[in-house]
Amino acid sequence: MAAKIAYDEVEVGTELPAQTFPVTRATLVQYAGASGDFNPIHWNEKFAKEVGLPDVIAHGMFTMAEAIRVVTDWAGDPGAVVEYGVRFTKPVVVPNDDKGAVIEVSGKVAAKLDDDQVRVDLTAMSAGQKVLGMSRAVVRLA
Amino acid sequence: MALDQSFVGRSYPPTPAYEVGREKIREFAEAVGDTNPAYTDPDAAKALGHSDVIAPPTFVFAITFKAAGVVIEDPQLGLDYSRVVHGDQRFSYTRPVRAGDRLSVTSTIESVNSRAGNDILDIRGEVHDESGEHVVTAWTKLVARAAGEEG
Repeated sequence: MAAKIAYDEVEVGTELPAQTFPVTRATLVQYAGASGDFNPIHWNEKFAKEVGLPDVIAHGMFTMAEAIRVVTDWAGDPGAVVEYGVRFTKPVVVPNDDKGAVIEVSGKVAAKLDDDQVRVDLTAMSAGQKVLGMSRAVVRLA
Repeated sequence: MALDQSFVGRSYPPTPAYEVGREKIREFAEAVGDTNPAYTDPDAAKALGHSDVIAPPTFVFAITFKAAGVVIEDPQLGLDYSRVVHGDQRFSYTRPVRAGDRLSVTSTIESVNSRAGNDILDIRGEVHDESGEHVVTAWTKLVARAAGEEG
């Protein structure tokens, strides 16, 4: 494992570079194929509305995959992630309007742990709502 | 109807091995728009100390969720999958998943709860490689919404 960030160089409160991730219907179709999750709520507007959703929504696991990029891009080595967990609080609604949705992710060091590890708390927002809750990763730094 | 508490602690037999391919990892990384070379370039992965390209942290869910199907579809448990939503997801990694891994998953029902008519199921998936070494544990919380409640 070879994280680029040194444990001694971060403090509790250190902010990770925030990132913005676009998501369109095409993104969701591509993710469905790659992940094997073909639930129609992620690509079929008629079906999504029939089960009471406002529109097609992104896979929760897609949002989770985007959020951890703030940590893996910062640490340099994705293999340095020791733990990662989220709660799916609100869906990311993806309209069919050529713009789609945007997921905004920020993170900061919430605790310094033993063994060169730190806990990063992530915030993921879309359309002004928090889409992930209790989003936390533990990463081993250099 | 509330799920049967006696299912807590039940484990299901390990799944047949899933062989992790370089191109499958590439496809997943492209789908989430992640250009980290550790996912696609064996030399970049080796420079970080890995023996081959590694998978993004959430890649393994496709394998553990498929394995959890034996729980979800267990007719004795009687979960109404049409009402199920994904509540929480957590992973604890011993090492990253990498190309060439042959992974097997053992699923266990960790808890069964009912709250406000919703059935809540926690499934733990232990992922081991071909040599029996632990790779990652995945905890998946599924919530089956109460019948009659739409939305």
